[in-house]
Amino acid sequence: MARLVIDPITRIEGHLKLDVEIEGGKVKDAWTSGTLFRGFELILKGRDPRDAWQITQRVCGVCPTSHAHTSTMGLEDSFKVTPPENAVILRNLIEGCQFLHSHILWFYHLNALDYVDVVSALSAKTTDPALVAVQGKLKTFVDSGQLGPFANAYWGHPAYKLPPEVNLLAVSHYLQALEMQAEAAAASAVWGGRMPMTMTSPPGGVNCMVDLDLIAQFLFRLKKVQAFIDNVMVPDTLAIAPFYLDWAGIGKGHANFLSWGVFTDPKSRDPYKSLLPRGAVYASEGLTAQKVGPEMVTEDTTRGWYKDGPAVNPAQGVTDPEYTSYDTNAKYTWAKSPRLNGKPMEVGALARMLVAYTSGQPTAQSLINGTLTALGVGGKPEVLLSVLGRIAARTLEAKMVADEMIGWTTALAANLGAGNSKLFEQYEIPDKSSGIGLWEAPRGALGHWNEIDGHVLKNYQMVVPTTWNVCPRDEKGVRGPIEEALIGTPVHDAKQPLEILRVVHSFDPCLACTVHVIDPDTNEVRKFRVS
Amino acid sequence: MSGGLAVSVCYIFDTSIFERTWNMRGGFIRGLFDIDRRDFLKFCSATAAMMGLSEAYAPKIAEAVTTAAPRTPVVWLTLSCDSGCTEMFIKAKRPSAAELILDVLSVEFNDTIMAAAGEQAEENLKNAVDKGGFILVIEGAMPTKPGYGTIAGKDMLDIVKEVAPKALAVVAIGSCATNTGIPGAAPNPSGLISVTDALKPLGIANVNLPGCPADPKLLVGVVLNYLLFKKLPDLDELGRPKMFYAKTIHEQCERRSHFEAGRFVEAFGTPEMEKGYCLYKMGCKGPQTHGPCPTIRYNDNASWCILAGAPCIGCLDMKWPDAQSPFYGRLAGVSIPGFGGVQSTADKVGKVLGAATAIGIGAHAAATAAKGGKKGGGE
Repeated sequence: MARLVIDPITRIEGHLKLDVEIEGGKVKDAWTSGTLFRGFELILKGRDPRDAWQITQRVCGVCPTSHAHTSTMGLEDSFKVTPPENAVILRNLIEGCQFLHSHILWFYHLNALDYVDVVSALSAKTTDPALVAVQGKLKTFVDSGQLGPFANAYWGHPAYKLPPEVNLLAVSHYLQALEMQAEAAAASAVWGGRMPMTMTSPPGGVNCMVDLDLIAQFLFRLKKVQAFIDNVMVPDTLAIAPFYLDWAGIGKGHANFLSWGVFTDPKSRDPYKSLLPRGAVYASEGLTAQKVGPEMVTEDTTRGWYKDGPAVNPAQGVTDPEYTSYDTNAKYTWAKSPRLNGKPMEVGALARMLVAYTSGQPTAQSLINGTLTALGVGGKPEVLLSVLGRIAARTLEAKMVADEMIGWTTALAANLGAGNSKLFEQYEIPDKSSGIGLWEAPRGALGHWNEIDGHVLKNYQMVVPTTWNVCPRDEKGVRGPIEEALIGTPVHDAKQPLEILRVVHSFDPCLACTVHVIDPDTNEVRKFRVS
Repeated sequence: MSGGLAVSVCYIFDTSIFERTWNMRGGFIRGLFDIDRRDFLKFCSATAAMMGLSEAYAPKIAEAVTTAAPRTPVVWLTLSCDSGCTEMFIKAKRPSAAELILDVLSVEFNDTIMAAAGEQAEENLKNAVDKGGFILVIEGAMPTKPGYGTIAGKDMLDIVKEVAPKALAVVAIGSCATNTGIPGAAPNPSGLISVTDALKPLGIANVNLPGCPADPKLLVGVVLNYLLFKKLPDLDELGRPKMFYAKTIHEQCERRSHFEAGRFVEAFGTPEMEKGYCLYKMGCKGPQTHGPCPTIRYNDNASWCILAGAPCIGCLDMKWPDAQSPFYGRLAGVSIPGFGGVQSTADKVGKVLGAATAIGIGAHAAATAAKGGKKGGGE
């Protein structure tokens, strides 16, 4: 049995270390270790509550907007203030841009290189002048001997299945997608001032300038991104999937899914009526959506570098770091283990789309059913519980969000036209209070718990998406979702563990959230240990 | 292949979209690579202006960007941070991220975008460092507490000390790297130190580009300066390029005339807010913060904080965030001109702000006071 350590896992945000046991060409066991401890909870103590939504954005440079909104919603819960309808719409638009930029970036720049062989694109036969141009550029790039970010990857690995022509098309889209994720961020900056680190979503509403000229600027940028998703990203997903259909049977994991819900319905504010609604799906109990609440969450620290204690709800949560050593039999990560009703839960686009699908959300149903039929697996939504399913879910969600954003923008313009330009509700910061914000980052369910005492923050706890996915075993020894999903993954060549990267990347881990890589034993890293 | 795609796409969506699809796909690609010469020269002129160079440098910048062969190698280390500056870097437009990565620079190591992983990623770093002649960009601070931050088994601080001496130049990008930023805010739970503090014992100076995030245009400016003149730009005593960080945001702000006229926003969601009045009373840290935000703007010129309606939180300041929080608390000691006269608080200003800023605001206050006095509106 070979023991393999991959460190660093790249093309994720932050750093992740992976420790796997391989037997008979398959993963037998796995340990995920996320490690930089930054201690945001400690930094927030004693501060003005209104600063929390700005500070917590710095938890993650990829999804700062989601932290901003979750924090602000938690503070509004504490302050007992309800933001006006236009503010809800504008937050949906700013958050929507975040989802579009993040999903495009993940699909083309973080994940695609596991499926697209850049070097193979050089041998594509094409007469399309645009593709010839890309190929020429790529050739110059390779001939220069400076491969930059493409250097030393697993090019030529037998798990790459695409013909050279499709590889070339995908490489050209990789470059376009760089432009498009930047465009989505620029659209968000029309309202938020900049991206990353949006500036206009404080508790109470929004403080951005809003007029028809800005709406036009926003729509101009949004429509470019929407066209890219419709005309490039969705077709690419459908073009590449048939070559990798075996990945619809790999990486299933625990198959428990959680979504807190995102993109609030501006009228009802009911999280079960959000565009992507709240709910949980326990695949063992069939594909049905169930109601969920923050009181069901506990955090276990048995295997993380924190002082031991009972698993508690984040409202009573403590962050008491205690680094011991990296030991997969004891503590091996800075991540805590969040559980919902004691169960490990997968979060992210697949979780949201499954909850939407099983809740009867009509757009999600037609997109998913249409895609399954197009791929020859009509009526079998269970194939979504896989690596391929996670990829498809992100693409379809991007389309769903982009389309809906056009509608929200129109609604905003209509409100302004009808004389409703209210953007902000005044409030007082209470002496004592507590609140919860539940929302979704592109990577999954995000919760912020705050407690205010003497008008300042007394306690602040976050349960972030990647902690749900990348968490270690709990006190019962039940693996975290990524650990579980890795079991059984075929590995053709342990020196080029491309298949393992596919499973890990399918979760879009974002280790900036709480953690970073640590291995105190230098000799262990980059070596294969046989045990 | 395209036939099969057509069928599947049309199946899900309507056919008219598909007609556009393939035409637009071609258009998308051509748009990216058919680089418009006039646009390119515009970029070069704008960059020259941003760097404080005359228009005559535009052709030289064009030459440096297009004929630099081999491309300048860059090693980009992401340490204790949220990768927001990498995120901002790939949001670059004119030059675009694709142009920066493929045409101008050779990004030898950046763990967010590189294809290689694990052992192979480590090899890339080692190869680049062995070869030397690279620009080292550091994003993030370094924990000094053992076990709180390492990559591939090595302490972050040790990696920096190993890599930096081999670099042509070291650029600290973003507040975490320049002054430990948010994760280094009190009580600094992981004992972070800045790049400058880490390199001081080695006698290595570095460029500081504070900001949360720092805009890629600033990094491009530093790199172009190096390509043009084979040296780093002029730096102030805190290591910041003078071409970007000499003026306060307040000095360059487009809402400055409202400040002068005493027109302030007193609360969000008010008519004063809709009119775009000065945000000083909402906690704006523009008078304290040095940086180019109003002139460079963010995200393809889309906007910047104050233009969008947000008070500056001071994220480009070298003492951010503890010297600026609470972000919505009014900055102490700034003299407010306008109706009702001037509050004379220049002494307090000196305690709160940096010396240069204090002189600036003090002088400004005196001038405004004199003006007010003539009108008979002063104290």
